[in-house]
Amino acid sequence: MEPLRKLRSRTVVLAKDHVDTDQIIPARFLKCTDKKGLGKALFSDWRYDEAGAPRPDFVLNRPEARGASILVAGDNFGCGSSREHAPWALVDAGFRAVLSTSIADIFKNNALKNGLLPVVVEPAAHARLLAAPGAELAIDLADLSLTLPGGGVAHFPLDAFARYCLMNGVDELGYILAEAEAISAFERARGER
Amino acid sequence: MEAEAASHRPRTLFEKVWDAHVVKPETPDAPAVLYVDLHLVHEVTSPQAFSLLAERGLRLRRPDRTLATMDHSTPTTPRGPGGAWVYGDAQAEAQVRRLSENCRSFGVELHPLGDAAQGIVHVIGPELGATQPGMTVVCGDSHTATHGAFGALAFGIGTSEVGYVLAAQCLLQRRPRTLRVNVDGRLPAGIGAKDLVLAIIAKLGVGGGTGHVAEYAGPAIRALGMEARMTVSNMSIEMGARAGMIAPDDTTFQYLSGRAKTPRGEAFEQAMASWRALPSDAGARFDREVSLDAAAVEPMITWGTNPAQAIPVTAAVPDPALAADAGTRASLESALRYMGFTPGERLLGHPVDVVFIGSCTNSRLPDLREAATVMKGRKVRLRTLVVPGSAAVKREAEAEGLDRIFRESGAEWREPGCSMCIAMNGDHLERGQYCVSTSNRNFEGRQGAGGRTLLASPATAAAAAVAGAVADPRRLEG
Repeated sequence: MEPLRKLRSRTVVLAKDHVDTDQIIPARFLKCTDKKGLGKALFSDWRYDEAGAPRPDFVLNRPEARGASILVAGDNFGCGSSREHAPWALVDAGFRAVLSTSIADIFKNNALKNGLLPVVVEPAAHARLLAAPGAELAIDLADLSLTLPGGGVAHFPLDAFARYCLMNGVDELGYILAEAEAISAFERARGER
Repeated sequence: MEAEAASHRPRTLFEKVWDAHVVKPETPDAPAVLYVDLHLVHEVTSPQAFSLLAERGLRLRRPDRTLATMDHSTPTTPRGPGGAWVYGDAQAEAQVRRLSENCRSFGVELHPLGDAAQGIVHVIGPELGATQPGMTVVCGDSHTATHGAFGALAFGIGTSEVGYVLAAQCLLQRRPRTLRVNVDGRLPAGIGAKDLVLAIIAKLGVGGGTGHVAEYAGPAIRALGMEARMTVSNMSIEMGARAGMIAPDDTTFQYLSGRAKTPRGEAFEQAMASWRALPSDAGARFDREVSLDAAAVEPMITWGTNPAQAIPVTAAVPDPALAADAGTRASLESALRYMGFTPGERLLGHPVDVVFIGSCTNSRLPDLREAATVMKGRKVRLRTLVVPGSAAVKREAEAEGLDRIFRESGAEWREPGCSMCIAMNGDHLERGQYCVSTSNRNFEGRQGAGGRTLLASPATAAAAAVAGAVADPRRLEG
């Protein structure tokens, strides 16, 4: 996992509430057995028409979306399934942060495991972000801040442990495995081993 | 002293299960290390997790706490000539094969296609008695909340976490908030668990349970059988709650008694004694409480593109012009456009192309009986798939002749699996088709690109099948 300390990028605005994981990546793309290359399936049914040609009016297909790594979306982003293919697809397509007023629990967990920063902001800040597609933002994990279009700074919450993992590019597995003795003791205390 | 005081504080069902599984308590700097009793595995969300173990040279910590089946990508059509399964495509077949290989090399108990205990992961866990009160249960699937119907803490995880649990039998978790959904009164005759849970989700909203574990309580919940409780708990995630729970009681114990993986004899008595201590204590505090009157619930159906967009089957779809704010208006307009409904339109009589009866929400024996009661002696007027949740459900249904009722009505009686709930196995809608479905998600394209899903109970789905249109199961003609 690439460490993520600061991020500077233009935004892509997808102003829809309740964007579910079936939209982020439809289930027919989940038959893979690795995680590579899922970016091309990102938002597939919104991005491409029935013949597979890009829909020019979809935000991700517009020229100004190219190279953007911050997605600003509507309320309750990522609701639905537990498929980690959703953050895999977003990261593969170049995204490193998703901003919304709320982000579904399982999606948020999965995003954090893959170096994709879930940013939850207040409605007022969110409204400014929605109104300024393509705005250049700077996100800093050191003080959990982001610059807002037209000036000013907003702060966002992030679990201390999740922040440590993101900033250092480490996953949780090493930490859990380091607790092997405590886990064995727990099992023994339950009379299992 | 402090510990003693804590042990006398009234606790919720959730708190009791959580507390009993904390290997290491959470601090401001780190989440709790939470022990997992049962890890359910299927072909879609596990290959990359097994690869993680292989890459890091790790072994599976507790094969005895890991149980695998294949359900999502598997065919539900009968075996072809020569006994071979006919897969939707080569990728689906390769994914299923990968699960077999992984289970063999890591020593996981697997119930493969054709096995007597194969089926949808959330159907077979309870059926085998693997799911038990007070357990922590996880699976790389958001409908893991199903198992909470037994008073287990059960939630969906992503593939990275599947790998962590395979390797360490533990997860890092922050303690979620608690929400109690009190369902007073009694459900009217002919109104089922699916109607109830759609009414709950419509009331709370598609994100209303985010950050919470929901406990369903009250006389209307107590009156439900285990399969109906599973239907309710199953859809917790559709309001954003990762887990739903229902206190275990005699209904639960009766269901579990004598199942393959439940304790026997004296051990069962002991287990029952500890399970009886699990229900939320009087005076236990929830972060949030909501109440609902069961007597007011009607047959429900969704009209939109998320499960909270549900209305009584006799009602009219909403008019965005009446929405409280611009955001809601935009959501309603977008859903109506996708579904091809006009504001204020009534759904009764709206033509339907396909009916799907199945999924981890509604594919158990009582669900099939409910559909069969409606379809018996009637002919279906459209393509109707009846897909049992497991090989065991299929056998039981056939033993009581339900398969004959479905076949004689003109419906397709399939092999067990997720099938058209998620449309990964070749069972899918065509663009623009309407499907009344007993599954759990009506997201755009969920049942096939461009397909339009109306979620409902088995009775309402069966009524649509015989009427050829959206129908009220209480007022069927003929």
